[in-house]
Amino acid sequence: MNKIVEKEYFSDNVVKIVVEAPRIAKSRKAGHFVIIRVEEKGERIPLTIATSDEDRGTITLVVQTVGVTSSKLAALEVGDVILDVVGPLGQATHIENEGTILACGGGVGVAPLLPIVEAFKKAGNRVITVLAARSKDLIILEDQMKQYSDEVVIMTDDGSYGKKGLVTEGMEMVINREKVDLSVVIGPAIMMKFAALTTKKYDIPTMASLNTIMVDGTGMCGACRVTVGGKTRFVCIDGPEFDAHQVDFDEMLLRLNGYKEQEKKAYEEYLATVKK
Amino acid sequence: MSVAKEYLKEERSQEWRNELRKSLKSKERLEFKRIKMNEVAPLERIRSYIEVNSGLTEIEAMAEARRCIDCPDPTCITGCPVEINIPKFIKKIEVGDFLDAAKVLKETSTLPAVCGRVCPQEKQCEDRCFYQQKLGREAVAIGYLERFAADYERESGHISVPDVEERKGIKVASIGSGPAGLAFAGDMAKMGYDVTVFEALHEIGGVLKYGIPEFRLPNEIVDIEVDGLRKMGVKFETDFIVGKTATIDDLRADGFKAFFVGSGAGLPRFMNIPGENYIGILSSNEYLTRVNLMHAAQHEYDTPLLEGKVVAVIGGGNTAMDSVRTAKRLGADRAMIIYRRSIEEMPARVEEIKHAKEEGIEFLNLNTPVEYFADEKGRVNRMKVQKMRLGEPDASGRRRPIPIEGSEYFIDVDTVVVSVGVSPNPLIPAALPELEVTRWGTIVVNEDTMQTSIPDLFAGGDIVRGGATVILAMGDGRQAAAGMNKYIQETVMNKV
Ligand SMILES: Cc1cc2nc3c(=O)[nH]c(=O)nc-3n(C[C@H](O)[C@H](O)[C@H](O)COP(=O)(O)OP(=O)(O)OC[C@H]3O[C@@H](n4cnc5c(N)ncnc54)[C@H](O)[C@@H]3O)c2cc1C
Ligand code: FES
Repeated sequence: MNKIVEKEYFSDNVVKIVVEAPRIAKSRKAGHFVIIRVEEKGERIPLTIATSDEDRGTITLVVQTVGVTSSKLAALEVGDVILDVVGPLGQATHIENEGTILACGGGVGVAPLLPIVEAFKKAGNRVITVLAARSKDLIILEDQMKQYSDEVVIMTDDGSYGKKGLVTEGMEMVINREKVDLSVVIGPAIMMKFAALTTKKYDIPTMASLNTIMVDGTGMCGACRVTVGGKTRFVCIDGPEFDAHQVDFDEMLLRLNGYKEQEKKAYEEYLATVKK
Repeated sequence: MSVAKEYLKEERSQEWRNELRKSLKSKERLEFKRIKMNEVAPLERIRSYIEVNSGLTEIEAMAEARRCIDCPDPTCITGCPVEINIPKFIKKIEVGDFLDAAKVLKETSTLPAVCGRVCPQEKQCEDRCFYQQKLGREAVAIGYLERFAADYERESGHISVPDVEERKGIKVASIGSGPAGLAFAGDMAKMGYDVTVFEALHEIGGVLKYGIPEFRLPNEIVDIEVDGLRKMGVKFETDFIVGKTATIDDLRADGFKAFFVGSGAGLPRFMNIPGENYIGILSSNEYLTRVNLMHAAQHEYDTPLLEGKVVAVIGGGNTAMDSVRTAKRLGADRAMIIYRRSIEEMPARVEEIKHAKEEGIEFLNLNTPVEYFADEKGRVNRMKVQKMRLGEPDASGRRRPIPIEGSEYFIDVDTVVVSVGVSPNPLIPAALPELEVTRWGTIVVNEDTMQTSIPDLFAGGDIVRGGATVILAMGDGRQAAAGMNKYIQETVMNKV
């Protein structure tokens, strides 16, 4: 179980990993995530399931190497085993035929967006996808997105690909052009915050999928808590998707940095050991 | 389950027990003083995770066992939720048959080494002891003796595996591997069922692993008890969340005939006061899970930890005590309990409060936090606390704490651990909309059989009681095993 059967680099620090997890492959739906632990001394981290293949009994994870655990995971090769993979966790995305969907993904948030785009398309929606990244080499899954989107808009900060500008500019271009019934945004917290402010201006219902710090992923610890509409909610069991206009992104941004110093130090130590 | 009085009488009238009673008059037995537990000195133990209580020696255990007068009507047993034959195991210790004493424990308890360490004996068996009841003197140290016998067996290397009936070839499952699930699994395995325990986390043991710290209950002890279950044929599947990884229906299709839900009261409560989501404020479950399950305090493990210098723990239960004593061990200069009632009303075990005091934990009783403040990075740095006084008794029989107007003051802190209780784990109820639950989210069961509103589903432990105790969870697990066995006999086995 949990054997890696396929691995592919999307960019220098974004890697796709296909892992055997037959039970999860069978029961997972768009929006679900798993918690993994790479090895005995590893930590537990959440990763969204990008796609799955029930016949092969596999799930696909997309990992951006940002710290110790993601680097350890990316360092595994085909044939290696991830010690623990548990899931599917969280509430599945509520999919209906809403009309026109504006799906926005930033950075590695594009991976969790893929199954949602696919599901909305299959439910008969018109889907317009905005993918944003700093530069061309960080745009991932474009072809897969095209398969399930009526249109894919690419935005890069430096203009090296698609249009130059922020994700919000791409969103406004679409919003000003046609009626949008629902928006879905997934990406770094800061991007989701501004995407939510943008759709709020136009009164477009918006969902954000939150990527808080987690430990167990089963509702047991509260590490993942966020304030939504003035109430404390647990992302792992109540989410990960919430009404983006209700989420207190500023608090979430602070909480995401809760262990920053420890993480940075650990990552430096880790990099020193691998370089040797 | 009622105590089989006849059986106890018969056991008591066995030759060796008669002889033993005659060998020393009750009057003489009453002369002896209760033994003191050997403990690691406070200043030494707070620098490590070493177990605080180091147990009794053989001589000490035999001496304490002499105090028990082997009452004709052993009231102590009525105080034990799993009805251990207490006089019998104590008398076995008195005559030096330590391995037999351990066997007596195992007749009714799946986890004696655990219970000997974490049960609130002073509210249970020891509270009903003749010494306590009739003489107003210190009870026989039943808990210490239980721990002694279980430890002796483990350390002797002659761990007995209970007899298992002929395999029936019938599959049953436990959902959750806490004490409720483990006790259930043990009894079902004894009756010859094919038992699988599903556990959401990567370790077996529930709260025993992720909650109760090493200095009170070493993990190794839980692992050895779990090994015993493996030897009895119980299977364990970690990283498996029933209702998510597979539904109950999936498992029914896989051939499972009945289920026991022992999923615990895992959901931490917060107080919903301003600033509670600042960095450095966390639930006791998160704090203890990082330290105990993820080993975050050990450098070679990856899980990070906020090591506070001034740590306030909110609450008065065992969980609060475990958190505050953990903080001390992680190097806090100031570790304090903030609890809204008085010290007498704290629900924690008496021994934990005593140990905490010895370790230099500060107790701010009749105080409650009302607001938190943080620095520019969002890390908590100060809390506003209000003083309380005690009013009339409330529904729990304890005097209700009432805030004193204008008594607010500030305490500088860098870490706050919120330990104000837990709610039932919602995973199973959410996955089974037809399951009957109370408005608090606990599962409704028939108190005799532990059967839920879904016939092939039984439940027990914290998911039924809300946060309770290890031994009550185990008692439920055993009762559910009996109920399920009857259900299977009546339904599954009668159908051809
Ligand atoms: C820090 C702390 C200290 C304590 N100290 C004491 C003490 O000294 N003495 C005492 O008597 N009691 C103590 N208690 C209380 C005691 O631990 C609990 O009452 C007892 O563990 C409850 O047992 P349980 O089997 O019902 O649940 P738990 O021990 O909570 O176990 C439930 C298990 O089920 C798993 N689970 C949940 N849902 C699912 C699912 N859908 N699929 C698979 N697995 C699932 C959970 O991950 C968990 O491992 C303490 C509790 C805590 C938190
Ligand atoms: S991750 Fe622990 S409660 Fe959500």
